[in-house]
Order: sequence, then structure tokens, then C-alpha cells
Amino acid sequence: MRGAVSTMGYFEMAKTAIRSVISRPATLMYPARPGKRSSLSRGHVVIDVSRCISCGMCMKKCPSEAICVDKEVKIWTIDRLRCVVCNSCIEVCPVHCLTMDGQYSSAVLTHSGLETFPITYVKPERPKKNETGETAEA
Amino acid sequence: MSRKIVVPFGPQHPVLPEPIHLDLVLEDETVVDVIPSIGYVHRGLETLVAKREYTEYVYIAERTCGICSFIHGMTYCQGIEQIMDLEVPQRALYLRTIWSEYSRLHSHLLWLGLFADAMGFENLFMNAWRLREFVLDVLEETTGGRVIQGSCKVGGVRRDISNERLAIMAAELTQFEADLSDLSDVFLHDDSIQSRLVNVGTLSRTDAYDLGAVGPVARGSGVAIDLRKTGYAAYGDLRFEPITETSGDSYGRCAVRVRELFSSIDLIRQAIEKIPEGDIEVKVKVNPDGEYFSRSEQPRGELVHYLKGNGTKHLVRSRIRTPTLTNIPPLVKMLRGCELADVPVIVLSIDPCIGCAER
Repeated sequence: MRGAVSTMGYFEMAKTAIRSVISRPATLMYPARPGKRSSLSRGHVVIDVSRCISCGMCMKKCPSEAICVDKEVKIWTIDRLRCVVCNSCIEVCPVHCLTMDGQYSSAVLTHSGLETFPITYVKPERPKKNETGETAEA
Repeated sequence: MSRKIVVPFGPQHPVLPEPIHLDLVLEDETVVDVIPSIGYVHRGLETLVAKREYTEYVYIAERTCGICSFIHGMTYCQGIEQIMDLEVPQRALYLRTIWSEYSRLHSHLLWLGLFADAMGFENLFMNAWRLREFVLDVLEETTGGRVIQGSCKVGGVRRDISNERLAIMAAELTQFEADLSDLSDVFLHDDSIQSRLVNVGTLSRTDAYDLGAVGPVARGSGVAIDLRKTGYAAYGDLRFEPITETSGDSYGRCAVRVRELFSSIDLIRQAIEKIPEGDIEVKVKVNPDGEYFSRSEQPRGELVHYLKGNGTKHLVRSRIRTPTLTNIPPLVKMLRGCELADVPVIVLSIDPCIGCAER
């Protein structure tokens, strides 16, 4: 590349070569070395099953139909291969039990990519009212 | 006169990032005719508009393209906002402008790298992509996504950028601009690059206009059309002129994109300087009822989203016209009369995005 050498100049090429030799590799060895992530980075959706009230809003708002909430058997399912990590479910969750983890989810080992979480939330009992309409002390 | 033969080019070809098929009719080594065909990555995204709520369709509109995703989302939102007659806060419009220009930077740098790769200039390819990494980092730190930003919504934007962060972004651009100058010198003045691009794939100004060329393809032939001059988002408040070249060859199109990088940096600086304080979104309470042609300037040219709503949560019709589709007839014109060895460079010179074109 005679033209390239003439334009960039030997000095410029030597500078680039030295910088490349002494600096760290330009490509990170993911996942051995974690990639650069910011506080806003969207990696994968995480659920806190102890707070999920099975309202189904995440399922309704998911643009890729990756989430399934089975209210009868209390199961929250996400298909990691369908999920486009758009943050939509997290924005609509009324109890904020969904959060975004900055790291990507690990590789799936099955064709479906389904991950199932049993919901452990127990609805707290409301204090019973006595005959006069006042709430009884717990 | 020698015998004509037909050589298939694509859909799988080393220089093609995405599939398009060209039947090249050759006489010896000269291309005398080209028959393009597409349809390898059609996904039916427009039909999904009837199955998703219009607020959720933003995510799908963004995924029309993997490069200029933000501008697709923004153009869709712009269309819905116009149908609803919504007044989007000024800060949101400025943020959209800043992210649009960062998208343009990353798209042009990606293309410059691929273009260098198509010419066999591997070192330049890597240098272009190394610079692009800085742009992707900024996009990730401000929106959460490197390529699919997901920060645009009907009525405004999802995320704000703090004034401190904006100041850092403006300061970082100085070093980035210096690095870019080194890179642009090679693209604009290097002998080996000029020998591959000058007078290759020439499109005259008249042909560019008549065949409906858009974006850098039109501007490389001297047609000064740039949708940003219509003043959508915050472009009306910013000073800039469309970048044009008069040569009409592959070098001209390359030069337009290189010079647009600096124009984008200038636009980002202006937007950071002028961005007002205030809200970043307005609440949307009604459903769209009406139709609108929303237009914007993508890195590849003019993008059109036609949207039609009937007062329900689901739109009736979405039609997307992307710049690559519009630039295929000019490409056919450029290829006629060229040498077979120049076909890869000429095809890449229109910056084809077939995923976009087929939707």
C-alpha cells in the first residue's frame, strides 16, 4: 500500500503500532473479563418473586410476547430468546418487582430459552373489622 | 461484440453485510445491465402495527434497522405526535437531535470501515471501527443501549441527560474530532483509495434527481437535499448546510459521509450549548385518529413513515419507505458500464441496508 504509507507517514504508523503494542487488547475477552457497562445498560430482566402480585401488566405490555404470567399456578415465565430487553415491563410494573441487570444473561442451553420462576408473594391479610366498623388491633 | 453472460452477485457475498441479489449482465469484464432482486429478509414488521398498541410499536419501529434504529423510533413517534397534535417539550426535541447525530456518527463510521474493508484496506477498517466504539459507549451511557437505544417514546423521550454529562460529552468531542481528522485524511487524500474510487460508479446530477436518489448518494452528485433543513426535532434552531460534492462518483459519496461526520459533531455541540431546561415528555391520553407522513433524514437519506390511526389503540396502517430502497434505481444506473471488479465498491457506496429496505 504505497499510497497509504505516503499519506499516513511512517511516523504515524509507528505511533499507532507502538500504541497498539503497549495498550491493552482492544477486544475484551468476554465473559472472562466483564464488558464495560453503565448504570443505564440493559442486560437482562430480573424478577423479585417475593414481591410479584401476578397482575400481568408485564405480560400485556411486552412487545415481543416474551413474558407469561400464570395467575392460577403462580408462575412467572420469561423466554430469554424472545426478550428484546426494552425495559417496557419494568416501567409498567406497579410494585417494582422487576429490575434491569446491567450484564447480559448467560447463554441458554435449551432451544426454548424459557426460564420459569414460582411466585412466592403472599397477599397480607387485611385487619378484620369488628361490628362497630373499627379495625381490630393486630 | 462479445457474448453476453450473466453473473449472479449475492445474496451471499463477502462484501455484502446484508442480502441483495444482482444479476450482472456482462460483456467481457464490463457490466452492461443489472437486474436487482430483494426479498431475502422480509419480516413483515408493518403488519405488526395492527397487533401491538401504538405506544408499544415504538420498540418494533426501532428494530426496523440495526444501525439507524433511534431515527426510526423518532420518526414513528414524530408521526404519532403530529396526528395527535401533541406539543413535545423542547428539551426532548434537543435530546432527540443529539442522539440522532450520534447515530449518524456511528452509522457513517461503520460504513467507512466496511468500505475500507471492501477495498482490502484492513488497517483503515479497524481504525474506523475503533473510533466508532467511542460513539457506541456514549450512546450506551446515555440511553442504556449501544445499538438499539430505546430512549424515544410518544410524547418525548424516556431518559434525560444531566447537564454535567452533556458538558463531558461536549469536551470528549474535541479529542474525538482530532482522531477523526487523522482518519478522514486517509479517506480523502490517500492515493490507493482514490485509485479505487475516483470516476468509479458515476451518477450525474440529473440522473440522481430523476431516479429519486436520497441522502449522501444525491448529495454526492450535487443535489443539496437534506431533510434536516425542514427543521424537525431541534434542527430548526441549529445552523448547518447540507454537505455536497459535485463529482457524483464513489469518491464523492465517500467524501460527503466523511465531511458529514464533522458536521454532526458541530450539530451536537450546538445542541448541547442551546438545550433548554424543562420536562422531557408530555403525557399521552388519547388514541391517534388520522394519518400523517413523517419524514426525517437518516444517515442513508430520507426516511418516511406513513401512519394511519382510527381512534383505537391499534393503528390501521404503517408504511415505511427507507432510503436504501429509493437508492436501488440509482445504483442500477451507476453499475451500467462499470468493470466487474468495481461492482463491490459501487454497491457499498450507496450504504445498502437491506434489512431496512425489506422491513
